[in-house]
Amino acid sequence: MADIAPAGGGRAWLALLGRELRLALRHPADTLAAVLFFVLVAALFPFGVGPAPETLARLAPGALLAAALLAALLPLDRLFGADAEDGTLDQLLLSGLGPSAVAAAKAAAHWLTTGLPLLLATPIAAAMLNLPVEAWPAAMAALGLAAGFLSLLGTAGAALTLGARRGGVLLPLLVLPLAIPAVIFGAAAIEAAAAGLEARPYLLLLAALLAAATPLAPLAAGAALRTE
Amino acid sequence: MLEARNLACFRGERAVFAGLSFRLDAEGALLLVGANGAGKSTLLRLLAGLLRPEAGEVAWGGRDAFADRAAHAARLRYLSHQDALKPALTARENLGFFARLWGGEVEAALATLDLLPLADLPARVLSSGQKRRLALARLALAPAPLWLLDEPTVGLDAASVERLGALLARHRARGGMVLAATHLPLPLPGARELRL
Repeated sequence: MADIAPAGGGRAWLALLGRELRLALRHPADTLAAVLFFVLVAALFPFGVGPAPETLARLAPGALLAAALLAALLPLDRLFGADAEDGTLDQLLLSGLGPSAVAAAKAAAHWLTTGLPLLLATPIAAAMLNLPVEAWPAAMAALGLAAGFLSLLGTAGAALTLGARRGGVLLPLLVLPLAIPAVIFGAAAIEAAAAGLEARPYLLLLAALLAAATPLAPLAAGAALRTE
Repeated sequence: MLEARNLACFRGERAVFAGLSFRLDAEGALLLVGANGAGKSTLLRLLAGLLRPEAGEVAWGGRDAFADRAAHAARLRYLSHQDALKPALTARENLGFFARLWGGEVEAALATLDLLPLADLPARVLSSGQKRRLALARLALAPAPLWLLDEPTVGLDAASVERLGALLARHRARGGMVLAATHLPLPLPGARELRL
């Protein structure tokens, strides 16, 4: 694991994370686009399925998860692309941080600039899907964890498809199948909460997925960046 | 100090260069010259550790330079064709990020390349020469023994080339080494030439 935290690497890692957040604040359009996409997809369901409240509520858990994961995918294809084009990636790889640590910072920044805003927009989307209010906290917890899982998988996918022709199309094809467990456990948690049952076991399984991906995905992304 | 032995690099099936050997000592400077596509940039990326050589080895102080990649990265500064600037950040913020990585004074580095009047402008409004100067200002942040420069003077005016000359002279006086790929004359007195 020496690759992830070299001596004195903590400060450099925070500097990189800080720079990513500052860039996201200067270009809020990316974050805004993901949030609006999420809300709009959630808004399409009542039109397609019909406004029958019980049908919508039945669909809500899966629809929320699918919409959030698709929205979180949007900014991923530029995650390393912009840095690779302007030469910043070379400098990051020579920053002494190690490629896995660079990938971990990118994943954390993606969650903070995409996952967290999606989390905040969850009540709006949940209301449009007629999800019972009792299930909103579980929905937010499930979406936060699932978005974190996707940030990590997506970082690995973005590193792998960097420089590939049509990488933007390849990336979802690579990442979405791997995100299926997150959709299953996330939707199950929301469904349980809506039915008045315990959502905790499903959320813990989701957290376990996240815990497994936290070291593995940056290592995979780092290996992909190194051979670039 | 830096020694390359029998380096070879392939791009696809074609050898970019092969059997390349040279040595660079403290305070030394080596100019890489050659036609377009001769492999100057490739050699610089290879020495930075961003590319793997197909054959041969690079030694630092007699030992394999790439055995510890983080240590190798810490002793070099690499200036590529691209300026590695973020258009949305100001000149000061762009440089500040690298100062947090390597240490060094942002204001002093900006002054070295006469960038203080532009410090609060976002990098996207700078001219290409000014962007190049901002990229060069990274070299003035914190000392590192080995500078790998890819066409450092592209787009620079005469006054800026002079400032770069002073920066290079100070670096070499402290025992630093410079490897520069160029088509233009560089202010590097006593530099040897390596024709690729």
